[in-house]
Amino acid sequence: MSAATRDEWMTVAAARMLWNRCVCFVGIGLPSAACNLARFTHAPDIVLIYESGTIGTRPDVLPLSIGDGELAETASFVVPLPEVFSHYLQAGRVDVGFLGAAQVDRYGNLNSTVIGPYEAPTTRLPGAGGAPEIAAHARQTFVMLKASTRSLVEQLDFRTSAGYLDGHGARARTGATGDGPRAVITDFGILTPHPRSDELRLSALYAGATVEEARAAVAWPLLLAETVETIAPPSESELAILRALHARTREAHARPVVLPFPLSN
Amino acid sequence: MRLMPLREALAAHVADGDCVALEGFTHLIPFAAGHELIRQGRRNLHLVRMTPDLIYDQLIGMGCARRLTFSWGGNPGIGSLHRLRDAVEHGWPQALELDEHSHAGMAAAYCAGASRLPFGMLRGYLDNDLDKANPRIGRIECPFTGERLAAVPAINPDVTILHAQCADREGNVAIRGIVGAQREAALAAGALVVTVEEIVERLEPAMNGIVLPHWTVDAVVHCPGGAYPSYTHGHYSRDNSFYQRWDAISRDRDTFNAWMREHVLETNDHAGFLASLRAEAA
Repeated sequence: MSAATRDEWMTVAAARMLWNRCVCFVGIGLPSAACNLARFTHAPDIVLIYESGTIGTRPDVLPLSIGDGELAETASFVVPLPEVFSHYLQAGRVDVGFLGAAQVDRYGNLNSTVIGPYEAPTTRLPGAGGAPEIAAHARQTFVMLKASTRSLVEQLDFRTSAGYLDGHGARARTGATGDGPRAVITDFGILTPHPRSDELRLSALYAGATVEEARAAVAWPLLLAETVETIAPPSESELAILRALHARTREAHARPVVLPFPLSN
Repeated sequence: MRLMPLREALAAHVADGDCVALEGFTHLIPFAAGHELIRQGRRNLHLVRMTPDLIYDQLIGMGCARRLTFSWGGNPGIGSLHRLRDAVEHGWPQALELDEHSHAGMAAAYCAGASRLPFGMLRGYLDNDLDKANPRIGRIECPFTGERLAAVPAINPDVTILHAQCADREGNVAIRGIVGAQREAALAAGALVVTVEEIVERLEPAMNGIVLPHWTVDAVVHCPGGAYPSYTHGHYSRDNSFYQRWDAISRDRDTFNAWMREHVLETNDHAGFLASLRAEAA
């Protein structure tokens, strides 16, 4: 089997952070791959919630959208969307929320709204979606993004979702009920917050990645945790399961859709 | 309720300048109705949808909208909505005012609208810049605990348009699968138009399923395939490959305009739209 790509490292590293029976609010992309990899490996009874209202879903292929039909068909049950946000997320019934972002700052605050000023952006991003309230109310959040000095920035252009604000316990003085971003999973390794200052520090590297590589991809002066762990490479079986999942997914998304009635014009 | 053709239903219920919500969260997006609004040349609409998706990318790119209320504006799993971006970044084909929320905020606003309350409430928009960017996100103090909570004005569209699996001859509409905030958007509206895959004599008793009762529905339109390239659970699946192709079609203004002309403006109705795509694929 070929060596793992950095995307695969990220997915496997995130999957390993999940545990069986944990209730996980899933986003599309790498988080969805990580959560389903966990389900197919060490966490068969993980409860996956997608914001479209599908609860306890067990898809065989990764959804392209947050509301693909397979998510509903394989769910334990499906609730209206307002209920997912009010009765489950806001009520504190989610253990882990996964978030992505265009920019993350050193205190784990996220921007997924605009690059440049809000009124005249140079790049208009998709926007908040569920992120601000996931960031507030999931018991903990994991952030996944590819590292560069444009994504791990000194100053956000816009704060879409609050992490630790200005650090040093500021989050505890807000109405947020969750503990905030406990890990930022990047393509060099993992950042975690300092227990007092809340500043994100390098706490783990993939085997083969270096501190220099990490520092070059972070725009603030990156501090190291007391120990920087080495993350074990994806195992043969993790990689085989992940690659099979991606292969099934590609095949499923390319399948032509047949409308169940004749067309005439 | 009246059973009507799509053209007549939208001509009767949607006027230039109206606030219109075409809801459906990834599932049951009323594409046929959106295309018909484009064919009818509607202008200055205030469009409301949690996820604008391809249908609002098309309405915005065709110059139908002046304002957008939304909470996540991307092409799911793919990237940008290029027409939405072009409108916001460059004012093309016209400037677009944004009324931007989070999903939780918009869900609360629809629930308030359906209940005819003035605002929705949530423990949300905490310490972020959305409430600085949007003056329509406010704060209210709980009279019992003193907690400060976020408040958003109720959404009450002039017209909500949905797509659903089926309706009976009285106009009761049944929806199943991923239901998003469709029920709330429907009951918040001044008028409700629903396109359906099929008309049946009688709906099965629904128990806990979602039914919009006939006295809340203003027009029902029989429109098979009306959600395509979104999907109708139990009838056809989401055309994920079309969503992937849209990225290239929509990236460039001329390519977009040519595609819209060929497949929407120069087809008579949704059956014609579907046939034109099939002809192109053949």
